[in-house]
Amino acid sequence: MKRYKNRFGDGIREAWIDRKQSILVVDAAQYEEIARYTRDDEQFNLLADLTAVDWPRREKRFDVVLNLYSFAKNERLRIKVHVGEKEQISTVSGIWSTANWLEREVWDMFGIVFSGHPNLTRILLPDEWQGFPLRKDYDILTQDTAWIRENLGIESGQ
Amino acid sequence: MADFPNSGARDIHVTADPNFSVDTETTVLGADEIIINMGPQHPSTHGVLRVKLKLDGEKVVGSECIIGYLHRGVEKIAEHRTYQQFAPYVDRMDYVAAVSNGLGYCEAVEKLMGVEAPPRARVIRTILTELQRIASHLVWLGTHALDIGALTPVFYCFREREEILKIFEKYCGARLTTHAFRIGGLQYEAYDELEADTERFCKDFETKVDEYETLLTENRIWIGRTKGIGVISAEDAIAIGATGPVLRASGVEWDIRKAAPYAAYDQYQFDIPTGKNGDTYDRYLVRMEEMRQSARICLQAIQNIPAGPIMARIGKVLKPPPGEVYHAIEAPKGELGYYIVSDGTTQPYRIRIRPPSFVNLQAFDTMVKGHLVADVVAIIGTLDIVLGEVDR
Repeated sequence: MKRYKNRFGDGIREAWIDRKQSILVVDAAQYEEIARYTRDDEQFNLLADLTAVDWPRREKRFDVVLNLYSFAKNERLRIKVHVGEKEQISTVSGIWSTANWLEREVWDMFGIVFSGHPNLTRILLPDEWQGFPLRKDYDILTQDTAWIRENLGIESGQ
Repeated sequence: MADFPNSGARDIHVTADPNFSVDTETTVLGADEIIINMGPQHPSTHGVLRVKLKLDGEKVVGSECIIGYLHRGVEKIAEHRTYQQFAPYVDRMDYVAAVSNGLGYCEAVEKLMGVEAPPRARVIRTILTELQRIASHLVWLGTHALDIGALTPVFYCFREREEILKIFEKYCGARLTTHAFRIGGLQYEAYDELEADTERFCKDFETKVDEYETLLTENRIWIGRTKGIGVISAEDAIAIGATGPVLRASGVEWDIRKAAPYAAYDQYQFDIPTGKNGDTYDRYLVRMEEMRQSARICLQAIQNIPAGPIMARIGKVLKPPPGEVYHAIEAPKGELGYYIVSDGTTQPYRIRIRPPSFVNLQAFDTMVKGHLVADVVAIIGTLDIVLGEVDR
């Protein structure tokens, strides 16, 4: 963590350890650069997971969360970036190719746009689906009734 | 539709996929690329996976997986259930390895709360999880061989799997979606013959694996269909995020049971089998050896199940302190991770499930390129995906 602070200074917004797990919150502008450094210099070559969390009351409502693993060090690291609703974030699929589908899933569920992604389309839901289900303002009973009526021929999926 | 007023049949309008076209002018003898569709109801796709294959003659030059047919919104459901209420849902992701899913979830919540299951519970969890790994690999072996055209192994595999399911049934009453563990430990004490049943099964099982191997390992057709098929290098496998047997067959000796031991794995001796070539044949050998090692772990574990409580002291109402945790276990298919964010209430703020099948399936495109259409089923089989987990 100290190495990150020394190298990126203000690029590292926060850093703490929660339940023995290292967490870094990084600046969106330097996100891609930090990701590349993490893979190449810090040897976190496995992107185990990429996901997001919605905090609707915060100014920048989304956290994009990367869970990384280093085979060389046998360590895990979590990197977070805050993203606003209208903002875009650069893709890391060029750095870890596994991010391709994981970022598509985040787009599908949260509607976060990853700029530069090779194929940012819905992955689990149908292409024409409206809305982003894992956002907190998407109620659990909400559904795209127009899509269901048109494609399944029933009034409601419930 | 008018002829069958009571049939319930409806007029269904199917719009043509604009990207999906077969150019009849150029495919005959002109032999340019054509695109064919496989699934989502194809028997070898192990569920509802649809694959678009781009072909040059019989050679696959590109592919696209279309998934989501089994999407049930498990992560959204989690936000509207309490921690205990959500536990049975995780069994329904990888439904051939429900016990492993449950172990990962319970341990993740325990880590979030800062409690640990008592030693007795941890050992019993280890035994059941390793039996589940054998059962999951048996389903894989049977169906994988069946896809490639070997009919016999599936009967043998399901015969042994039945024994394991009987142990589960005796333990908790369920065979498939077991909900065997609880947050903090176990609900049920081990039944009297658990050790004897496990010992009998595991001792017999050694010879059973040999039996499967006599059918396949040196079988010329099997070798012809699997050697050099779906090769992925260690670098590619890591970049694409592949874990579990897929990664180990490419020569990376990495198993979360050793790298970050959970449950009671630190107490037992076992080896991590690895392959060299990263092809379908090596992945087959790796999983066969893993079954032997799992039986070995079970035999060690039943020697000494510590006495004591089976449940940690936690209240009836779980309110983990605010914070977050990522906990990963070595499920039969690879790294199964749970990322849980708590806001201090009884319901999780967010649960993200990192499914090994979903991430491993992404390697399909790399593995299939350059192979024949007939090898596609071999490669889907070797990835050992479960669509319930891919789609969640």
